[in-house]
Amino acid sequence: MFESLSDKLKRTLKNLRGEGVLTKEHVDAALREIRLALLEADVNYKVAKDFIASVKEKAEGQQVWLELKPSEQVVKIVFDELVELLGGQSSRLVFTRTIPNVVMIVGLQGSGKTTSTGKIARWLAQNQDRKPLLLSTDVYRPAAREQLKVIARATGQSIFEKPETNDPLELTRAALQHAKDVGYDTLLIDTAGRLHIDDELMEELVSIKSETHPVEILFVADAMTGQDAVRSAEEFHKRIGITGVVLTKMDGDARGGAALSIKQVIGQPVKFVGVGEKYDALEPFYPDRVAQRILGMGDVLSLIEEVQSKVDQDEAESQLKKLQRNQFTLDDFRSQLRQVKKLGSFSKILKLLPDQLLGGVGMPDLTDEQTELMEKELRRTEAIIDSMTGEERVNHLILNANRRRRIARGSGTTVAQVNSLIKQYTEMRRMMQGMFSGGGLRGKMMRRMAGMPGLEGDGGDAMMGGMAGSPAGLPGSSRKKKKKRRR
Amino acid sequence: MAFWRRKKDEFISLGLSRAASERAPETQTGTETGIEPQPAMVARVEPAEAAREGPAPSPWQTSVLGLDLSIEQLQAREAALEQELSARFRRAVAATRESLSEKIDTVFAGAKKIDAELLDELEEALIAADIGVPTTMHVLETVRRGISRKEIDDVEKLKAAIKAELLSILHASEQGGVASETSVPENIAPYVMMIVGVNGVGKTTTIGKLAQRIKAEGNDVLICAADTFRAAASDQLAIWAERTGVPLIQQKQGTDPAAVLFDSLKAAKARGSDVLIVDTAGRLHNKSNLMAELEKMKRVAGREVEGAPHETLLVVDAVTGQNGLEQARQFLKVAGVTGIVLTKLDGTAKGGIAVAIAKELGLPIRYAGIGEQVDDLVVFDPEQYVNSLFN
Ligand SMILES: Nc1nc2c(ncn2[C@@H]2O[C@H](COP(=O)(O)OP(=O)(O)OP(=O)(O)O)[C@@H](O)[C@H]2O)c(=O)[nH]1
Ligand SMILES: Nc1nc2c(ncn2[C@@H]2O[C@H](COP(=O)(O)OP(=O)(O)O)[C@@H](O)[C@H]2O)c(=O)[nH]1
Ligand SMILES: [Mg+2]
Ligand SMILES: [Mg+2]
Repeated sequence: MFESLSDKLKRTLKNLRGEGVLTKEHVDAALREIRLALLEADVNYKVAKDFIASVKEKAEGQQVWLELKPSEQVVKIVFDELVELLGGQSSRLVFTRTIPNVVMIVGLQGSGKTTSTGKIARWLAQNQDRKPLLLSTDVYRPAAREQLKVIARATGQSIFEKPETNDPLELTRAALQHAKDVGYDTLLIDTAGRLHIDDELMEELVSIKSETHPVEILFVADAMTGQDAVRSAEEFHKRIGITGVVLTKMDGDARGGAALSIKQVIGQPVKFVGVGEKYDALEPFYPDRVAQRILGMGDVLSLIEEVQSKVDQDEAESQLKKLQRNQFTLDDFRSQLRQVKKLGSFSKILKLLPDQLLGGVGMPDLTDEQTELMEKELRRTEAIIDSMTGEERVNHLILNANRRRRIARGSGTTVAQVNSLIKQYTEMRRMMQGMFSGGGLRGKMMRRMAGMPGLEGDGGDAMMGGMAGSPAGLPGSSRKKKKKRRR
Repeated sequence: MAFWRRKKDEFISLGLSRAASERAPETQTGTETGIEPQPAMVARVEPAEAAREGPAPSPWQTSVLGLDLSIEQLQAREAALEQELSARFRRAVAATRESLSEKIDTVFAGAKKIDAELLDELEEALIAADIGVPTTMHVLETVRRGISRKEIDDVEKLKAAIKAELLSILHASEQGGVASETSVPENIAPYVMMIVGVNGVGKTTTIGKLAQRIKAEGNDVLICAADTFRAAASDQLAIWAERTGVPLIQQKQGTDPAAVLFDSLKAAKARGSDVLIVDTAGRLHNKSNLMAELEKMKRVAGREVEGAPHETLLVVDAVTGQNGLEQARQFLKVAGVTGIVLTKLDGTAKGGIAVAIAKELGLPIRYAGIGEQVDDLVVFDPEQYVNSLFN
């Protein structure tokens, strides 16, 4: 697809290295590329213009950090600014004591309102201990109310129905009363999709609002939206006052620049991100991830942060040293596996990794089945190491046939599986030695990530080998060097 | 007999004799809704006097009244309709015009001569229409060449040059060698149309509108509900089928869409349908399993009916930004898309990404969606589109 921004910058700025401070030339050249990247990511052209102007002011004359090239320095300034503008992480909806608290879900046709309504209800029930009631006021789109009903059933949430009326306001009043009577603390109102220039329908939202005094009015926007995002968001905001944004279809490969545009015109935060058609595919909004996506840099930073926060830095350091001295034991291996587990599911980690991190080799394209398989392998690997004695874990060389048989029995695996783990482990040691010799920003990142086994080295291979324990567990995929499409 | 557009240029029978044969035997799990005989629409007649006779009655209404009209009356009606549709299209893109043309006009208003600043602002105006950086660059490049050759030396000529460039992109895509109904032999039936696209762009609604039009042309239409994934998707389509009086083949949620398609193809053959329109679940183009599912459906269609699907329309929402190009690329690769339907042009979004798609992939824009009602679909007209942008 697009040449990555960092590549472009490298090309533009390759002659501008090491001059101490960022000159006007550095900044202008870099910002031109960044402007194009923003436009390609669908950031509104006016928003992009303002943004560039403000970055320019900040960047000129700045000291270039010793470790960074001018291009990287500008990217960092741009990135920080972008994160700042995108706003904080704020997926919590704030409720009052009123029964019920009303949440209105509004937006253009097809943006994902009904699906998001169901997802949010489920999320609130599970994470904020709420007791939600669903209501569809979409009396226009064929089978829209039926759709929400199916979703309510699928997510185990309650829905208010009154098939005999086709009047959104009447439905709203009745549902409100019903929520009060029964004691549902949250009433989620799905509304029909409408154009912001449809005066009559916009007026309808105003009446629903004044009828219910919602605590939250969420604007649902499709991540694939282009330049027009500012217009619709602005108009909805002007009419009814949006309190937060839900950015849907982020499981696609759109860069999502609309998020920045919308944030800029309405000043309200993105509260949730939709990442799939299933009803659990709802995530909090991480500004840094989206900033990186807009810039086309992958989610390196959020991964680094996640790793950093959960991995004991000192331990990682000492492991790195051991590694370099070839003293990386099975004990260390196991503790790393555990850290990996703390990060969440394996597939999630894989998705976070940008292509650049893998040295352009890319990750193998994993199906759900394969990831599941890998997670299983991960658990098996841990079980095998658990069945070893302390001595064995520190010195794998003493693992003779007898010991291996015992370990296999103890961990409910086969000797072949134990053998293959040990083989993987030794290969990994070898590979990891070479791995940290790289310099530059990437080298540094790798070092910071020493807490994770085999994150890089030989592209996907080290990772598979290190984590899953056995390439045999991944038929045909662990050795494939296929370019992974980011999602 | 194949497809309604083919008849645009010829005079067609009223289809009076068709009513009797509509009652074909029920098939499978198919839900059939009543079919009302309808007057066929006559082809594009030059906008006639008739157009001025007050508001045109909606010719799409499911009414039998049209049957006792004379050919002349129907012709007049059709002419009025053409007029009305083109007026509505203009009105619909007027909102678009406000941004692009207004913008371009303000750009031009202050400017007496062409300079770098003017060109920059022009660039912004095109970007604002979602036409995208590469296509914008391409248009401006052509213009710049004209300027340096002194062919473009005033603002009017600049305007004309941009217009011509956009038009040439759209026209080139029309010639783009994609399959069209005219290349399908008459004896092949059903003419199979598959409607594809990412989530929420307007596929199902477009099918309702298309079914209405194609049926009104005197064709026997059948709809296949192959979105077996989304909640209440087939209920939605069933309502459209009922509205338009077209039979529908559906199965319960979760069924393999290829199986529903297979049933529909069989049913279409058994009942001698002229056109089969296939609704598909919305899918993001980067989900390989879902794209593979589409590929399978295409294969199934081809096995049952020679050359099917004869037409595969990618529905693109006018608000779509630069991702639209990648969507088109992937759907073209996997599903062999033959044309674009640009929906929601009644909003303020310009749908410029469709121009980029036309340029990069040579896919023509066939229809435009301009509202949520059954008659809110018009044949896309490049001249009108570009003209509306430039007043
Ligand atoms: N204003 C306007 N709305 C439209 C147009 N076409 C479709 N819509 C609306 O857009 C929404 C989505 O339309 P659908 O036809 O359900 O879209 P779809 O692509 O079938 O959606 P999925 O099957 O869920 O992926 C509905 O609310 C439609 O009424 C149009 O041309 N203009
Ligand atoms: N891939 C993906 N699809 C989504 C997401 N949210 C909604 N959809 C799909 O988008 C389409 C429109 O969603 P819907 O909730 O009906 O939109 P509404 O018209 O705004 O109510 C449906 O096909 C949904 O399954 C998401 O986050 N990711
Ligand atoms: Mg809805
Ligand atoms: Mg649909």
